[in-house]
Amino acid sequence: MSGTLLSVRDLKVHFPIGRGFLTAAKSAVKAVDGISFDLERGETLGIVGESGCGKSTLGRAILRLTKPTAGNVVWLGRDFFGLDNASLRQARRELQIIFQDPLASLDPRMTVGAIIARPLKTFHPELKKAEMDTRVKEAMAQVGLVPEMMRRYPHEFSGGQCQRIGIARAMILKPKLIVCDEPVSALDVSIQAQIINLLRKLQRELGLSLLFISHNLSVVRHISHRVMVLYLGKIMEIAERDAFYANPMHPYSKALLSAIPLPDPKAERARERVMLQGDLPSPLNPPAGCRFCTRCPMATDLCHSSEPPLAPRADGRLVACHFV
Amino acid sequence: MRQSAAPILSARALCVDFKLEQGWVRAVDSVSFDVRRGEVLGIVGESGSGKSQILMAAMGLTAANGRCSGSVTFEGEEVLNAAPERLDRIRGSSMSMIFQDPMTSLNPYMRVVDQLTEVLVAHQGKSRAEAIDIAVEMLDRVRIPDARRRISLYPHEFSGGMRQRVMIAMALLCRPALLFADEPTTALDVTVQAQILDLLNGLVRELNAAVVIVTHDLGVIARLCDRVIVLYGGRIMEEAPIEQLFGAPHHPYSQGLLAATPRLDDDTAHDLRTIPGTPRALAGQASGCPFAPRCERRMERCMAETPLLRGEHGRTAACHLVAG
Ligand SMILES: Nc1ncnc2c1ncn2[C@@H]1O[C@H](COP(=O)(O)OP(=O)(O)OP(=O)(O)O)[C@@H](O)[C@H]1O
Ligand SMILES: Nc1ncnc2c1ncn2[C@@H]1O[C@H](COP(=O)(O)OP(=O)(O)OP(=O)(O)O)[C@@H](O)[C@H]1O
Ligand code: SF4
Ligand code: SF4
Ligand SMILES: [Mg+2]
Ligand SMILES: [Mg+2]
Repeated sequence: MSGTLLSVRDLKVHFPIGRGFLTAAKSAVKAVDGISFDLERGETLGIVGESGCGKSTLGRAILRLTKPTAGNVVWLGRDFFGLDNASLRQARRELQIIFQDPLASLDPRMTVGAIIARPLKTFHPELKKAEMDTRVKEAMAQVGLVPEMMRRYPHEFSGGQCQRIGIARAMILKPKLIVCDEPVSALDVSIQAQIINLLRKLQRELGLSLLFISHNLSVVRHISHRVMVLYLGKIMEIAERDAFYANPMHPYSKALLSAIPLPDPKAERARERVMLQGDLPSPLNPPAGCRFCTRCPMATDLCHSSEPPLAPRADGRLVACHFV
Repeated sequence: MRQSAAPILSARALCVDFKLEQGWVRAVDSVSFDVRRGEVLGIVGESGSGKSQILMAAMGLTAANGRCSGSVTFEGEEVLNAAPERLDRIRGSSMSMIFQDPMTSLNPYMRVVDQLTEVLVAHQGKSRAEAIDIAVEMLDRVRIPDARRRISLYPHEFSGGMRQRVMIAMALLCRPALLFADEPTTALDVTVQAQILDLLNGLVRELNAAVVIVTHDLGVIARLCDRVIVLYGGRIMEEAPIEQLFGAPHHPYSQGLLAATPRLDDDTAHDLRTIPGTPRALAGQASGCPFAPRCERRMERCMAETPLLRGEHGRTAACHLVAG
């Protein structure tokens, strides 16, 4: 790994919501609320956290698919949010995304071959039809789709097949960064393993970097160099992979790891779990002090009044908690 | 577990075929199984192996280019290819489904509140205010924070996992006796997943309902199911109570699936194990074992002779290596 590919600084995305059912008051969902991190070339950063904590919004905002409210992103030393249209277009070929909702991200009127070829057509219009076809078939084979499926339409595919179409499309330009939003959630374990192995191989061979959003902590462990835990739009912990899994420090990280379902019915039924108490607080109105205080088993008065900073610990990781 | 003798759902020799340019192809091939009240049946298997299409056929929702044959009975009554009015009645009151893709059951142009209350007002004669109360309570139960306020939003204003939970709430509103759940927790983080699985468990206990769940997550199977069916290429490869499937899988495909599951304690330096070879394009009617092209234990006879599903007491396998 050498050199910083991407720097995100104090990124915020707030969605105004003003049409309360009974209220007229304007307020905003603070989906991403001040996030900073760096990503190295060839690095995979796993992003985990509760549903609705802002993972997809973060990924989309970094790629300028959602308008950020504040903050900036530096891509290969250049201010990414300041790029003009021509430079943005150029940068786009190196930045791809695998969307969370596979079927919705595929144009229903295009054949699968045309969908996967689209980025090639846009950025390499000089390629001959035969070459283009070869590249498409190669990409399909890599994700376990047979080339005969090229002429079929998205609605004729299963959930996992649609997800693989999205992966093939994201990989075909051999980009520098892929934001993977739940890329393997609809895949059976064998294809999931195949895709993870493929991403690791591309990483070794091409120095590909990944922002890997997933709820599956076993998968995240296999692919990530570092893991970032989000809660209500903020970073709770960011740590090296092995250190994180061996010794999660933030109370929320601990709860997450203990909730993973194990593929073993006996162990699963015998198991003690740190179940989180209470409901998810509303992102419209996050708790004062530490955001996790309403559900934290260790919370004290201090936690309800003062917000813990994201501070470095002995092993270099960052944790936002008063009592770590 | 209170299991009654007569199955609530029975499938016999269920086949689903689709018409493509090149002719008819078979997606589900002679599948038979029973589900009783108080029972949770899991279906696992390769992406594209026909899992969703089994559920769609039972719900009467097979796509226009598809046709079903065989038999599916719900409480003794034939529902396969039944008249739309009869299916509507059953679907609105005693049988419901959580779809794999949230956007297939949510209308993007309608506020969530209207989608959730529609059934309650139209079919159960509730007033709008009553219906809203019931819907909000259900959203609370699936852990949508701030439900009363958010219910008036449109689906795209929810995160991926929240849309999935809205859909779960919708499927549970009619308190079904039989619930089909297609990958119900893929978009959910582990803590919410645990709560949703508890909710489904509660449904089974409180209403003495039956659940058929399709999932790639063997951890979910281990936590929730009583019995599992393993599907490959549209056919059942193995059926077993979960302890037996996880403890001693008989079929080489089931063994491969378990071996490919990432665990929290395995070695991350090496690639994940996969099942060699490419998944099938579509289940065909060719003779021989459908898994043969990828099976490490294949014998000559496997290519020529289709292994029948043999065994008894809910413990069956279709493989020439497994004695009946
Ligand atoms: N409308 C259709 N026309 C043609 N083929 C179809 C159609 N719908 C589904 N298929 C095919 O039928 C097969 C079974 O699909 P199904 O959706 O049941 O798979 P699945 O087991 O649910 O997979 P996944 O785990 O990826 O969701 C797939 O190969 C799919 O491509
Ligand atoms: N277009 C939008 N308008 C209003 N609110 C939005 C919009 N998009 C997202 N949100 C809200 O922002 C928050 C974060 O959403 P996001 O999709 O980033 O979550 P996520 O972490 O990806 O969750 P999941 O794991 O469920 O996919 C949620 O509370 C969501 O309701
Ligand atoms: S700061 Fe307090 S409430 Fe927040 S995680 Fe630490 S102990 Fe828990
Ligand atoms: S029948 Fe033969 S090819 Fe099929 S699973 Fe058994 S050993 Fe393998
Ligand atoms: Mg998301
Ligand atoms: Mg499916």
